Amino acid sequence: MLEIRDLHASINGKEILKGIDLTVKPGEIHALMGQNGAGKSTLSNVLVGNPAYEVTRGSVTFNGKDLLALKPEERAHEGLFLSFQQPVEIPGVSMVNFMRAAVNAKRKYQGLEPMGAGDFLKMMREKRKIVELDSKLANRSVNEGFSGGEKKRNEIFQMAMLEPKLSILDETDSGLDVDALRIVAEGFNKLRTPETSALVITHYQRLLDYLRPDVVHVLMAGRIVKTGGPELATEIEQRGFDWIKAETEAV
Amino acid sequence: MNSEQQYLDLFTANRELIDRNSAVAMNALREQAFADFARLGFPTRKVERYKYTDVAEAFAPDYGVNLKRVEFAVNPYEAFRCDVPNLSTSLYFMLNDAFWEKALPSAALPPGVVVCSLRRAAQEFPEKVEACYGRLARTGKDALNALNTMLAQDGLFVYVPRGVAVERTIQVVNLLRSDVGLMVNRRVLVVLEEGAQARLLFCDHAMDDRDFLTTQIVEVFAGENSHLELYELEETHVKNRRFSNMYVDQQRDSVVSLYNFTLHNGLTRNRTDVTLSGEGAETNLYGGVIADKEQHVDNNTLIDHRVGRCTSRQLYKYVMDDRSTGAFAGRVLVRHGAQQTVSEERNANLCATPEARMYSQPMLEIYADDVKCSHGSTVGQMDEQALFYMRQRGISLDEARMLLKFAFAGEVIDAISLEALRDRLRHLVEKRFRGELSRCSGCRMCK
Ligand SMILES: Nc1ncnc2c1ncn2[C@@H]1O[C@H](COP(=O)(O)OP(=O)(O)OP(=O)(O)O)[C@@H](O)[C@H]1O
Ligand SMILES: [Mg+2]
Repeated sequence: MLEIRDLHASINGKEILKGIDLTVKPGEIHALMGQNGAGKSTLSNVLVGNPAYEVTRGSVTFNGKDLLALKPEERAHEGLFLSFQQPVEIPGVSMVNFMRAAVNAKRKYQGLEPMGAGDFLKMMREKRKIVELDSKLANRSVNEGFSGGEKKRNEIFQMAMLEPKLSILDETDSGLDVDALRIVAEGFNKLRTPETSALVITHYQRLLDYLRPDVVHVLMAGRIVKTGGPELATEIEQRGFDWIKAETEAV
Repeated sequence: MNSEQQYLDLFTANRELIDRNSAVAMNALREQAFADFARLGFPTRKVERYKYTDVAEAFAPDYGVNLKRVEFAVNPYEAFRCDVPNLSTSLYFMLNDAFWEKALPSAALPPGVVVCSLRRAAQEFPEKVEACYGRLARTGKDALNALNTMLAQDGLFVYVPRGVAVERTIQVVNLLRSDVGLMVNRRVLVVLEEGAQARLLFCDHAMDDRDFLTTQIVEVFAGENSHLELYELEETHVKNRRFSNMYVDQQRDSVVSLYNFTLHNGLTRNRTDVTLSGEGAETNLYGGVIADKEQHVDNNTLIDHRVGRCTSRQLYKYVMDDRSTGAFAGRVLVRHGAQQTVSEERNANLCATPEARMYSQPMLEIYADDVKCSHGSTVGQMDEQALFYMRQRGISLDEARMLLKFAFAGEVIDAISLEALRDRLRHLVEKRFRGELSRCSGCRMCK
């Protein structure tokens, strides 16, 4: 589904990603861990085409397509979704209009007619239930005045609306209380199909307990330095990253 | 030859013709206006209130003026369909500067309410017109007042007697119609007596793809405890130049709300001067501007708090694209002794391109100590993060930009109290942002 080869990227002339190789197959969940500043968010931003970042080397294919050649909106239409580490507030743009524009843009890309108003609102209602998003929030401007946790919940609601093939969750667990984390994680699991995959960035074991990743990667200074099974996350939870750093430096 | 001379010559050569086709009350002020205009000349950019618009340049071309008052073979009721759904108005037309009186709306106005040509009003109610005409728009200091007063032959008269509330919106569509370039000088008098209530909607359209130059003077007298909502909607084209001076005098406890939307235009200059003469009066000024291409929009306001316990509120929002230029200068003057004044002034602007220019100058001058006043202005660009967030969700860059612009303008549209008009304006603004409103959508003739 996703194949990243020797990916290098920089921001403001500073190289952050220094050769990433990563393959995600349909149905798989990969966890991506690493210390603050390692480059996890950079990788997710580069994948979804944030124009602030520049790719200097390497390739990314997504379901056979050259991902890096596509515009951000085309990547979304192809089924790529990012749950932002810091969701953006858009005052004056209502959640309803925002979602309607997003859903209909995708339908247009697929050659479908825009969704009727009634069907659309029904869909909003149903998807809201999956993450138990308050109807009041759905009637406000996008993320405006949402609490940190509400914003994260709203990200997964949007994911539910757009039914992506590959979701990148960038610290979706941060800011969620214990109950909210369970609701959001269970909501995410309900949305899974044998074809959908995810790249889950997190610092904590708790989210992974719900999502049960197939593979765990550790990113350090712009490179993936270790890859293992779910037990690697548990070990990191107990021991931190220093031992991995020592291992890498020894090599 | 300087720009002024052709207008002075025009007046001198046609003095009699102008008078003959006008009214006594209007003729009475011409001589003085001529002298004032000759003395003042067009304001240069050194004149404080004309800093942002080159007046002389706009007036330099030789436009035709219909001094003989030749009638156009148009029935606007047939030619025009202003579809504001769910808003039933009493609809009137001004064809250039002439009130169309051959057919009038069927729904009768309440007894005593007058909506007619200014010329007719000056004949039928001379004392009413004489008491008001030119009383607020003085010719001694403002060259455009002088020029308009010198040349204007007709216009509109709206009168609501004491205690009468006009339920239905009075809509006046100003149609510009000509086969050659044309200058139009229009006068509008609005008089609300004590306790009167009315809602006016003025829509500017251009039926022909010609060069138009319009000068308009609106004088509004809001009597004690009267309520007026006045909406102005300009939806013309890039060859139109509009110079509008509006003067409002408010007596005790009156409430006047002025809304001005520039949806599509060429060059627009709106001057709005409000004098709060009676305690407890309230004034609200809302302005919405959408400009692109090389369009130019300049709103210049003065709110004069002469007495205490008055409230003024101003909100102007501009969305500027391409190489357009916008200006907002708003002066709030709180005079000595105008205690317990509450005043709020805000101008917020969105420049969608680096080439778009916005000049913003809110001014607050306070000579009283017990007041609550605020003023501020912002000029911002498109929020790149918000754009990217939307694109990540599959929304195209164009659509995302449209949503941001629409969101920005939304605040001032939401200020419209009349729901049907609010909905209609939302629709028009959206069309405008989508580029589907490059001419005027209101009239079928010019499609
Ligand atoms: N605009 C920028 N200019 C220069 N450096 C930047 C810029 N944005 C990010 N960086 C740097 O890039 C590096 C990687 O940042 P990134 O956000 O990808 O880290 P992260 O792994 O997601 O960390 P965290 O766990 O804290 O979210 C950091 O050192 C950061 O300071
Ligand atoms: Mg991060």
